[in-house]
This record gives sequence, C-alpha cells and structure tokens, in this order.
Amino acid sequence: MKTSRDALSSESRRRLIAGAGAVAAVGATRAFAGPVGSMAALGFAELPDGTLAEQTLFALPGKVPLIKKTFRPPNFETPVKYFRTAITPNDAFFVRYHLAGIPEVNARDWSLTVAGDSAERTLKFTLPELRKTLAIAEITAVCQCSGNRRGLFEPHVPGVEWGAGAMGNAVWRGVRLKDVLAKAGVKAGAVEVVFDGADHAPLEKTPDFVKSLPVEVALDPNTLIAFEMNGKPLPHWNGGPARLVVPGWTGTYWVKQLARISVVSKPESNFWMSTAYRLPRGLFKTPTFKSQLYSPNEPITTMVVNSLITSLENGQQIPHGKPIEVQGIAWDGGSGIARVEVSTDLGASWQAAKLGKDLGRFSFREFALSEPAREPGARVVMARATGNSGETQVEHLIFNPAGYHHNVIQRLYVEII
Amino acid sequence: MRTLAFVLGLSVAGAPLAQESKVQLVNAPGKDKAQQCIACHSVDYIQMNSKFMDKAGWTASVNKMIKVFGAPIPESDVEPIAAYLAQHYGKAPAK
Repeated sequence: MKTSRDALSSESRRRLIAGAGAVAAVGATRAFAGPVGSMAALGFAELPDGTLAEQTLFALPGKVPLIKKTFRPPNFETPVKYFRTAITPNDAFFVRYHLAGIPEVNARDWSLTVAGDSAERTLKFTLPELRKTLAIAEITAVCQCSGNRRGLFEPHVPGVEWGAGAMGNAVWRGVRLKDVLAKAGVKAGAVEVVFDGADHAPLEKTPDFVKSLPVEVALDPNTLIAFEMNGKPLPHWNGGPARLVVPGWTGTYWVKQLARISVVSKPESNFWMSTAYRLPRGLFKTPTFKSQLYSPNEPITTMVVNSLITSLENGQQIPHGKPIEVQGIAWDGGSGIARVEVSTDLGASWQAAKLGKDLGRFSFREFALSEPAREPGARVVMARATGNSGETQVEHLIFNPAGYHHNVIQRLYVEII
Repeated sequence: MRTLAFVLGLSVAGAPLAQESKVQLVNAPGKDKAQQCIACHSVDYIQMNSKFMDKAGWTASVNKMIKVFGAPIPESDVEPIAAYLAQHYGKAPAK
C-alpha cells in the first residue's frame, strides 16, 4: 500500500481544514509543507512570520538552549520537550524581563525593605534573617506569563510573540509573605501591597517595573517570598536571590529580585498597574482586582484553565497499528485539574485521559491517553482540560488587545502511515 | 544626541549579550533613525513583531516608546521611523 504524503486524500484535507477553522488551516498547510523538526518546531507555525524567521535556540549563562525571542531585555521561551515532566528544570525555565537593567544581586548582599503608609513600622531583612526568624514554606506552582501563546493570536497583536513555553512549574521554597508583613504590622486601612525588584530601565524616564496585589492575596498563606526553586538557590534569570511567588496568579505579579515591599492605603497607579496587564472588564470569569477598577479595563489576575500536548509534534508520522500516544500537562488558576479529555478525530468524540500524580492544585498535572491508530490518514489530536471550578478550555479565542489568556484547545496533526 | 550617546554608553555597560550585534535591521533609508531604539532594547523586538502591523500600528508603537517609556527620540523622527518600519517590517498594504 502506498503511504506517501500524497496518500493524504483531498477529502481528509478538506475535512481537516473545514473542521478546524482558519488558524488550524494555516497550521495544516505549514505542517505538511515542511519536514517535522523545521523552525516551526521551536514554537508553533501560527507565530508571526518575522518571529519564526528571527527566533533561534540560544543558551544564556546557566541555561540550556532556550527559544530566543529577544536578547535585551532577555525573553527566552522553554521548548515543549521540557514539559514532558510535571516539574520544569531550573536550567530550562523561561526567562522574561521588561527592562534591560538587570543587576547581579549576590545573596549575601541582598536585603528586603518592608515599609509603606499602611505598615506599622519599616523593617529590613537579610536572607539569613528571613530564614532564621520565619517558618519555611514550600509550594509547587505554575508561573506562566500573562501573554503566553500571544504569538498564536489571530489577528496578531504586538508584544513578545510567545509560543506555548512562557511558563514553568517548580517547587518554590521560602517564607510566607504574610509572616513578613506580620512583622511589619499591617494597618486596618491597607488596600494593596506593592512590590519592586532590583531591575531597572536604561532610561530614568521609563516607569520602573512595580506591581501590586490586593492585600488579601498578599496575606494568603500560599503567597511566598521564595529563595529556592526545585531544591536549588533561585537562579539569577528567574529572580534570584528572592522573588515573589503568587500561586494561581499570572507571572506578572511574581516580582523577581524582590527589593522593596510597601503596604499602602491607596491603589498603585504606575504604568504597569494602570495601563499594562489589563483586560476589558468582565471579559474573563477570573477574580476581580477590586481596588484597581478605575477605568474601562481591569488588571489580569489568575490564570485560565489550559493544557499542552507534549508527546506529539505537528505533522508527526505514526505507523498504523502503533498507538497514538497523547501525553501532556494541564493547569489552571488554582482550582486544580478535574479532568482532561482527548480527541483524535477533530473533536467528534472525546475520551477521558488518565491523570498523573496530584502535586497540588497550583501545579501542572500530567495526563495520558493511548489510542490505536488503525486506518492510514490524517488525524487531528486535541486535548481539553477542565478545572475543579468547572471552567473548560475554549474552542475559539477570546480576543483582547494585549494578547492575554490564550487557552484555545490545541490541535495537532498526525499522519497515520 | 549627547543624551542618546550617554544612554547608549549606559546600555552597553549594562552588558547586553554579544550575540545581540548579530541582529541587524534592513539596510535602507531610515535605518539610522530606527537605530535609536537600541538605547533600551535589542532590535529583534522589531523582527519579532513583523510583518503584521501597518504604518498606523508602527506609529503607535514608536509613540508609546516616547510618551510612555521616555525614549529620547525627537518628535520629527517619528514619521521617518514609522515609515521605515512599515516598509520593511509592516504588513503588505491591502490591494
């Protein structure tokens, strides 16, 4: 029997394209046009042409080769193969900075100031003081950039054109932010807690990267100041010596190289809170950042439910008789993954995948399903995660101008030969 | 220009990766003005965001860099930079 690419019948091609919509059609065309492992394998074929042409694998000091989006400030994405385990290795963990001034901060020299008009007193901690005076806490949690998968937006929107790898899952170890705040004393009128890292812009006029959280999120026992990641000191590129860990919330709040915390009675209004990282109000069913509702939009808060197939590449050929092994990871904003369903027939039917070990509600959750591949031809593989909250991944993009919260059900093409 | 030279000096001192110099903008009129962008970021930000914005989109981007991020780019350079970016990194005009 003839099993070349030409064997993909015009009928199955038509079905693929008609069923999967415009984005999938582009993916199908490109996937079948080039060999598996071409540049598109560094991300997704739907990325902007300029991104596909410019991105390359490059190793920052201490990192394995990651997908270079920009050199300065450094924005580097984790290739999909590193998501085949639930914990993302430190040396493969994505790197994301807004401002190019990134100092090397020695753990011995590091100190953290806690102040603000709603703090009872101003305090300064060194790393040994934090370790000595406060209980050590640990949590497994996903850190995902708000704009992960922005590059897959149709139409494209400006920004860092991420594929699927602006995220990672790690075991974070440090102290509870609430314990640090208790030492300083939080006054009754406190509204937000503001975080500033040691990074800065080359120009003095550029707004410094400063973020705030609602005071109740800052006081949540899961919110940590972490100085270890997967049992090692926090790497420089991921915010060492110490960073904020806000389980469930998007990466923008996980301030790196944390230097100063302010407990305040008024909403923080710098550019990074008032203009950037915002969504049209009410577009997503995520928690509302109540003190920041002073314009038609609202800050992004927690992650939406999502999944990633890690065992298959677009355009991969599988001999008939062998199973289609569908494996991957799923996560959400902290309700935990209830189920992942897999389809190998473009969504006509769905089967429940087997879930892997539960590492906690903020962690990646592995899933797996094996499906026999009997008939030669093109197959579209999809995975759809649902959180304990009841929220499920969407079929169609919920467009927003800044390119956040892309959780469209992934479609991968495999060819049974 | 003195301000810009000062800024460039600072950014070099900020130790950008040597590989950054391999990323080059298209050689064409307007490139010299667009090179002002490197005061704050590598130019791969431009390639990465191509080719899907029209001249209005690029104009908005350049204005954001000046008005929000404080880029010391003279007002008179906005048009030539946006024109250069639209021509070499912009989407093809609708036919």
